[in-house]
Amino acid sequence: MEVIVTIERRKSPVESSYIETFRVDLPDSANVIMILMEIRKKPINIKGEKVSPVAFECSCLEEVCGACTMNINGRARQACSTLLRDLGGKINLAPLRKFPVIRDLIVDRRKIFDALKRVKAWIPIDGTYGMGPGPKVPEKVQRIGYKLARCMSCGICMEACPQVNDRSNFIGPAVIAQTYLFNLHPTGAMIEEDRLETLLEDGGIGECGNAQNCVKVCPKGVPLTYALGKLNRDTLIYSIKRLLDT
Amino acid sequence: MSCEIIIIGGGLAGLSATISACEKNLKVKLFSVLPVKRSHSVCAQGGINASVNSKGEGDSPYIHFYETIYGGDFLANQPPVKAMCENAPNIIYLLDRMGVMFNRTPEGFLDFRRFGGTKYHRTAFAGATTGQQILYALDEQVRRFEANGLVEKYEGWEFLRAVIDNKGVCRGIIAGNINNLDINYFPADAVIIATGGIGMIFGKSTNSYICNGSAQSVLYQQGVKYANGEFIQVHPTAIAGLDKLRLISESVRGEGGRIWTYKDGKKWYFLEEKYPSYGNLVPRDIASREIFKVCVEMGLGIDGKNQVYLDVTHIDRKTLEYKLGGVLEIYQKFTGEDPYSKPMKVFPAVHYTMGGLWVDFKQMTNIPGLFAVGECEYQYHGANRLGANSLLSCIHAGLSVGDNVLNYISSLSERCEDIPLKIFESEKSLVVSKFEQYKRLNGAENPYLLHQELGEIMTENVTVVRYNERVLATINKIKEIRERLNNVNILDSSDFGNQTLFFVNQLYNMIELALVIAKGAYLRNESRGSHYKPEYPHRDDQNFLKTTIALYDKEEPVITYEDVDLSILKPVERKYQ
Repeated sequence: MEVIVTIERRKSPVESSYIETFRVDLPDSANVIMILMEIRKKPINIKGEKVSPVAFECSCLEEVCGACTMNINGRARQACSTLLRDLGGKINLAPLRKFPVIRDLIVDRRKIFDALKRVKAWIPIDGTYGMGPGPKVPEKVQRIGYKLARCMSCGICMEACPQVNDRSNFIGPAVIAQTYLFNLHPTGAMIEEDRLETLLEDGGIGECGNAQNCVKVCPKGVPLTYALGKLNRDTLIYSIKRLLDT
Repeated sequence: MSCEIIIIGGGLAGLSATISACEKNLKVKLFSVLPVKRSHSVCAQGGINASVNSKGEGDSPYIHFYETIYGGDFLANQPPVKAMCENAPNIIYLLDRMGVMFNRTPEGFLDFRRFGGTKYHRTAFAGATTGQQILYALDEQVRRFEANGLVEKYEGWEFLRAVIDNKGVCRGIIAGNINNLDINYFPADAVIIATGGIGMIFGKSTNSYICNGSAQSVLYQQGVKYANGEFIQVHPTAIAGLDKLRLISESVRGEGGRIWTYKDGKKWYFLEEKYPSYGNLVPRDIASREIFKVCVEMGLGIDGKNQVYLDVTHIDRKTLEYKLGGVLEIYQKFTGEDPYSKPMKVFPAVHYTMGGLWVDFKQMTNIPGLFAVGECEYQYHGANRLGANSLLSCIHAGLSVGDNVLNYISSLSERCEDIPLKIFESEKSLVVSKFEQYKRLNGAENPYLLHQELGEIMTENVTVVRYNERVLATINKIKEIRERLNNVNILDSSDFGNQTLFFVNQLYNMIELALVIAKGAYLRNESRGSHYKPEYPHRDDQNFLKTTIALYDKEEPVITYEDVDLSILKPVERKYQ
């Protein structure tokens, strides 16, 4: 099928964006990544001008790494798992809006990883030397934990969240859900209070406006609002306890 | 004094190495082209092997060791494989302590499933996204060291060259920032390479887009020995795609999935018929050859195409969702068909690089100070890797390398700060001038099309079945592509985020490694593991129970052979009937 692809491009972070349109012919089973790969093989726009290939990030191409996340026809999703047959003949591509653009469709999502550091999203093990098996985990905890642990830090939930914007420091739904994951684990829970403390700070869970967009757009079905709800309760209990202890 | 080391690659091997180095109080600069959390290890689906024997089947690390050597057709050096299998239960326990959400038994213990090349339940798993889950756990531990100041990440930087001093010792690296194109040198007392597989050389494979082997190739061109290059694993079950061949995990068969096609109008379970005791769980090289035979030679592929059925429709939906959800979701998303009610259509695809940078038992290459761990080295899988041994080999090597690096550094008489800066400067200017040259390329060829050509000819002639005449023609074709590469167009004049610039550099390197693979295949006149030649259908221990060693030469690689360490197990004929 023939598709007309309009791409919001940018040469570097300091330059302003511009629109460029391409015509590509691909089978309808192709994904959006294939469009960008075709453009590399023949970087000529619809006006017949030779242009630079469109820069984009991709890696796994099967929706587990999160690299190729972008806005496709106004909705943030992974370009690898978005197929042409679901899009029609006119396609708009643009970089994610909630992150600084590096070039064309590539954005800098470092703030997600920085936030993971802030909430201590890890299990504080003593070391890697052999200490025997870990704590027993009930199957029902594993089931919910596994769902949370599939978050690939792609940023789609932040893109959809009205509370993530220039005027707030909100760390976003993904990182908050990870906080819950680590509090769920028997060893992770040993520093639960550190994490709850962080969530009560500026940019923490108090910023959530309960719009619930996040859970609707998450490509991996991570139970984001479930985790947010649980942590709302946990932070509340923790802050009351903290008040009583002082 | 604190020592600084450099680790290239943030997959399972690189992150494990980082953790082991940090535990020795070594400061680490961690380089990765992508944020490490997006490394290719996320694609590993089925699980990780360890003989914990929690099902009372009488499994043991020794049996695991035996089956790994046997599965690899006796080409692997035996002592390191034995050490890996003995360490495997510890590794599983450690990952469990790190919070990996492994599947559980109803009593809350770790669950294990079956995989190819064994009859034991030996594979721990987290749904069907085990690699992703383990990578995240290691990523989190590394983030903890990062927060403590022991790790400094260089994400978005690509390794371009090792700095080797006039005594032949590795003293650091040259790397380039893929966004602002800054090329710089980074001194270090030791460098660990953990850059994974090389699937991109075959164009389309189950590998991620970043798995191009460029780093390994650069090192090979700098004098590092490259071992067993011709041993490329072709996974039996992947879905065809225009951009990549997506893996459908072996765990699907481990949980009871069956391979079949129609013969004379009836369902034909050809693996079960030919290999009654292992059935659908024969090792990957064998399964791939059988599927290839059924489709290509006998013309019995489904709908006349190169595809067979992988069928799970007889298994109940709840079990499938809990144990295989992640991989069935991939099938559904990309084909639009429901694998729960309709058999999946699959065909073999390039999947894993058994060969790689030569290392000694301490993971050090022939260049002192330069170590390699993970898929980029050759040590653990011989001529064919067993499923679910790759995650294990990455983590085992990574966790053990910290000690070796520390011992190496303590033995150094000169530290990297004693090395004159001009060595680093001159190595840097070599790379800078090469990139300046690339920027001036304004010929007629498109580098991406040239890469496609390379991939097609490699896939056609140097995968499941290899004929000498065609492999030789491939070698000549690769050399032709190498010539034509000098006539490419760089397409992009930008000094910011110029991806073509890096791609052209990678393509030069892919071509050199393609020659290593093809020439190694051409000269090995036998069939062993993944390497199969109809003209030489049997294993020839007398002439070829040897490690292939490729050394760089401008025209084509110089191939020699080294003895294999057979100190524990005596080679026997490999059969799975």
